[in-house]
Amino acid sequence: MKKLLNNPTNVVEEMLEGYVKAHPDYIKQLPENQRSLVTVRETRDDKVGILIGGGSGHEPGFMGYVGEGMADGVAVGNIFASPSPDPILEVTKAIDKGAGVAYLYGNYAGDVMNFGMAAEMADLEEEIQVQAALATDDVASAPKEEQEKRRGIAGELFIFKAAGAAAEFGYDLENVIRVAEKANANTRSMGVGLSPCSLPQTGEPSFELGENEMEIGLGHHGEPGIEKGPLETADHVAERLVKDILEDMPINQGEQVAVLVNGLGSTPRMELYLIYRRVEQLLAERGIVVYRSYVGDYITSLEMGGCSVTVMKLDEELKQTIDHPVNCPMFVQK
Amino acid sequence: MELTSRDLKDYFHLIVNMVEEEKDYLCELDRKIGDGDHGVTMSIGWQAVNEKLVNELVDEEDPAKISLVVGKTFLSAVGSSVGPLYATGFMRGAKTLKNKNTLHDNDLTAYWVAFANGIKERGEAEVGDKTMVDTLEPFAESLTSQFADTQDFLTAFQIAVNDAKKGMESTKKLISKKGRSSRLGERSVGAQDPGATSVYFILATFLSFIEERKAKVS
Repeated sequence: MKKLLNNPTNVVEEMLEGYVKAHPDYIKQLPENQRSLVTVRETRDDKVGILIGGGSGHEPGFMGYVGEGMADGVAVGNIFASPSPDPILEVTKAIDKGAGVAYLYGNYAGDVMNFGMAAEMADLEEEIQVQAALATDDVASAPKEEQEKRRGIAGELFIFKAAGAAAEFGYDLENVIRVAEKANANTRSMGVGLSPCSLPQTGEPSFELGENEMEIGLGHHGEPGIEKGPLETADHVAERLVKDILEDMPINQGEQVAVLVNGLGSTPRMELYLIYRRVEQLLAERGIVVYRSYVGDYITSLEMGGCSVTVMKLDEELKQTIDHPVNCPMFVQK
Repeated sequence: MELTSRDLKDYFHLIVNMVEEEKDYLCELDRKIGDGDHGVTMSIGWQAVNEKLVNELVDEEDPAKISLVVGKTFLSAVGSSVGPLYATGFMRGAKTLKNKNTLHDNDLTAYWVAFANGIKERGEAEVGDKTMVDTLEPFAESLTSQFADTQDFLTAFQIAVNDAKKGMESTKKLISKKGRSSRLGERSVGAQDPGATSVYFILATFLSFIEERKAKVS
């Protein structure tokens, strides 16, 4: 695959350099560690720090979500790989204001180990209180009986948003985590993959898929999904994704939801809106009310083709968090 | 057998070279059941280690310190899941070498057993999960028992690496239960686990290193 690159080995460092140069009014790199980015804005003194992170290659995830209404800092890993404990710890130290720090990340083996080690170090060496909430929204990644094993995908956006808002409402660490966990418990995603991405260092496609094939439940690092089959129409795909979500998390008539149709990197907005059109119809047919909707590339996988649908069930508290304004380099909501 | 801090550094240099040679093969294995970057990840980590070996560690004579720096450097550069796993292995190994300038048969046995157990603990995996543990557990068991029987590290290590190889090969027929590839279920059968393979290479590299050294001495 063709890519605009210099030395592939330096791709993450060069991206970060460009990113902080482009948005000096939002974000800065910590001198202690280049992989540690924090907000430049002043926040309230008693505010819980919100730390997000994960591998790079998911842009706008995760560095695009540092700013007002979302996170205070991000630890950036190599492509599709968890950051090591060092940058996580540096961000933790920089954003703690005495009220503790909430770690928000997807439930992947590597992230669990590295964020876990960083949390231990923050506690032992720095006496900073850290609690974590993990995203497990991907329905396809494990059956319902093993829900705790599920990975986080696009639904992470809603979890960051809920926790980011809660911290700005002045909630303490325990309550920020409670809101994050509630957001996660109320959120489900299902994805479909159409074409692979390739890593800058290898140039090889991350998985194989026939010209006329799609894969339901494909993970956002190209982890194989639950079913490979012939490519279907946008309406059929939307029906399948919504069906799997609602079977996993039944939603009653009259309930309100937030919906996200997320592109994986190379799927045009045109197609994403075709998907949203049918998703909205399906929810309306069941009397489910879309309170707020998001359509676009929010958490991608380099140039992977395909999309995911995420639904978050809302109560009054989550509605407040979803309405809260956001001002980040890659995400603005007024 | 007697190894010095210099030997230990020579061995880590050999890993750096081995990883560059096997990089593509490890990526190839990973593409079948993961995201295809295991070779790249190993290379990022060992290149960072190489930086330390040719700078900060050039005059370092404490084997424990060397192994500790190798673990910490690899972790910093890599993150991911292999970062904490290998780092824990080399750091736990380092602990067994504390205050030792030359390493004898029993020190080397303790080092490698601690390495294997550290990784197993960090990853919370069991034999049969299709992970590094499928290579490491038979290796550590065999090293412990063979060394107790023979009191000869080289002989024990040869047998242990042979069992490690069988463990690595056993991952082909296993269904993955840990990490990203666990999502594949039945579809993971037939592919050899990349982590089980890279850790086998690390052990096999140590074996050829000590065999060659022995040949030179005698």
